[in-house]
Amino acid sequence: MKDENVQELVGEYQYGFSDEDQSVFKTRRGLSKDIVRQISEIKKEPEWMLNFRLGALQMFEDRPMPRWGNTEILDSIDFENIIYYVKASDRQARSWDDVPESIKDTFERLGVPEAERKFLAGVTAQYESEVVYHSIQTEIEKLGVVFTDMDTGLREHGDLVKQYFGTLVPPNDNKFASLNSAVWSGGSFLYVPPGVHVKIPLQAYFRINLRDMGQFERTLIIVDEGASVHYIEGCTAPTYASDSLHAAVVEVFALPGSKVRYTTIQNWSHNVLNLVTKRARAYAGAQVEWVDGNIGSGLTMKYPAIHLTGEGAHGEMLSVAFAGKGQHQDAGAKVIHFAPNTTSTITSKSISKAGGRSSYRGLVKVLPNATNAKTSVNCDALLLDADSRSDTYPTMEIANETAQIGHEATVSKIGDDQMFYLQSRGLSEAEAALMIVNGFIEPFVKELPMEYSVELNRLIQLEMEGSVG
Amino acid sequence: MTENTAVLKVKGLHASIDEKPILKGVDLTVEPGEVHAIMGRNGSGKSTLANIIMGHPKYTVDSGEIIYLGENLADLDVSERARAGIFMAFQYPVAIPGVSVAQFLRTALRAQGHDIPAREFRTVLSAAFAKLGIPDSFRSRHVNDGFSGGEKKRLEILQLLLLKPKLALLDETDSGLDIDALRTVSQGVNEAIQAGVSVILVTHYQRILEYVKPDHVHVFLDGQIAMSGGPELAHSLEARGYDWVSEGQS
Repeated sequence: MKDENVQELVGEYQYGFSDEDQSVFKTRRGLSKDIVRQISEIKKEPEWMLNFRLGALQMFEDRPMPRWGNTEILDSIDFENIIYYVKASDRQARSWDDVPESIKDTFERLGVPEAERKFLAGVTAQYESEVVYHSIQTEIEKLGVVFTDMDTGLREHGDLVKQYFGTLVPPNDNKFASLNSAVWSGGSFLYVPPGVHVKIPLQAYFRINLRDMGQFERTLIIVDEGASVHYIEGCTAPTYASDSLHAAVVEVFALPGSKVRYTTIQNWSHNVLNLVTKRARAYAGAQVEWVDGNIGSGLTMKYPAIHLTGEGAHGEMLSVAFAGKGQHQDAGAKVIHFAPNTTSTITSKSISKAGGRSSYRGLVKVLPNATNAKTSVNCDALLLDADSRSDTYPTMEIANETAQIGHEATVSKIGDDQMFYLQSRGLSEAEAALMIVNGFIEPFVKELPMEYSVELNRLIQLEMEGSVG
Repeated sequence: MTENTAVLKVKGLHASIDEKPILKGVDLTVEPGEVHAIMGRNGSGKSTLANIIMGHPKYTVDSGEIIYLGENLADLDVSERARAGIFMAFQYPVAIPGVSVAQFLRTALRAQGHDIPAREFRTVLSAAFAKLGIPDSFRSRHVNDGFSGGEKKRLEILQLLLLKPKLALLDETDSGLDIDALRTVSQGVNEAIQAGVSVILVTHYQRILEYVKPDHVHVFLDGQIAMSGGPELAHSLEARGYDWVSEGQS
């Protein structure tokens, strides 16, 4: 099918960044003021954004590498060897032959359609640092919803972007937020007008495709008063990248009385470093839910946060991490209660297998003004063998004595009695272990849209068989 | 009858846990369709026998053998035994959080070669629930998670009826049941017996034998069968207590 036919069929299908500028597509390796200027220039950005980027670059350079998490891997990042901006049309296509057998095998077993396999493996992707795919339903546009890539968002909704951008995750928040602020590219911009309820989940797919290419998406979501939306990012199928740093920043603003759910499942190939800053602000009576799944990557450090700044705001965090051989999932959650009568729940599930390591790193903070705050934290870790590791680093800072705090943490192994029971019903050892693991993550899986939950279960099955590279 | 027709033949079975002997020479033959009640005090080894026949990994068979339908069970792991038609109703069924009863039962049926279409499965399950007095809403409850003792036992017997084994090991199925539950559960067991299953019914009390009639009664004492007889033996035990058996031994 020819491109114009596709466009005709899907109507408002948008290919992300426009094709106006064909001259400069890729920066050279390394990071400098010139590179940052170049990125901003390619994108024809307003002055304030260029200054924002340059300021952030300085902060990135001034700040030392974190001394916590997985310092060995962090220290090994060679920032001079990364290409910070690539425009899609200048890509170097990877040959299908270069894609590791393990990844191909996984596509096969997951039943990923042929065309999509090449796309996921970075063979046929058409756009690199830009948002690849946006499906904007005509109906939601009629409702005034803006759902586009971040660059377009900045061009077409500059005032709105300027009002919110970098105000929740300031450029000096942490070293990788500084880096993202300096060189960000791609990501989603979503605005939902007051009172509008978006009934279908809005999905965005992000890809890393070019060898050694950094990926620095920037996502800004603003849900206006009384509105509601469910945004989904990522996918369960394995996403192949050659050595790659992924340092995204996500800011979500849930205005008074609104409701936002943000679902992510990341399944990067194991050479990817996934260092992400995600934060939401819930105004009075607003409700924010993070549903966060980490299956892939070599090292993930990600702690989605919710700032409950308005009275009666509610935050929910539901996360699952699977750490297989050679993986370290350092994930967690942060909730800060700024206002009275705010409530939150954190549910974290982790599975470690074949020497994999998972850490829960959490913070619950109740500020002096937050009278009658309520929070409950549940962390459950499941270890599938003696070589694997699970750590919990929970922090609680409670500065208001009316707060009600609940905290439970369990670390368990698959029970011999459970295995015997299931095997006595005819399940093989592998089937029994899989059933127990699927049961363990059920509270997470049941929150996913159907196609995601089916894929996730299938993926866990593959991981359990040790067949995913 | 010749040896080959027996459903189960236990010969000179010695078994231990953590090197502590539990079974000290057990011989038992179960013919097709027979119901054997195994009675005895707590700690006499009667539950151990059921667990060893099912293949619980924490027990070691030190000597002797268990022949099931002509095949030595030592060659089969737990799930292979189940697929060959051995079933155990547990004394303390474990919870499997996050796994619904329907999903669990369907997986078990499938593992044993009965892949029933979803629609038919729903009907079959509803009928089985009704038979055992389990609310239909239990299909989406998590397996044994937060169940009362009686609910767990009902679900065990429901599995007996669905999985249609050839040999059922019922481990203290009557314990913790009120009279209504005992009656319902016994009806389930009797239905399975009528369908031809052979049963080893391990029990501490005689009261389930009011409902489920055994062909043979064996009394366990210190890891051995100390006495065997017909249904009347259960009544003698009820009247005279286990001391009567141990005194007879000494």
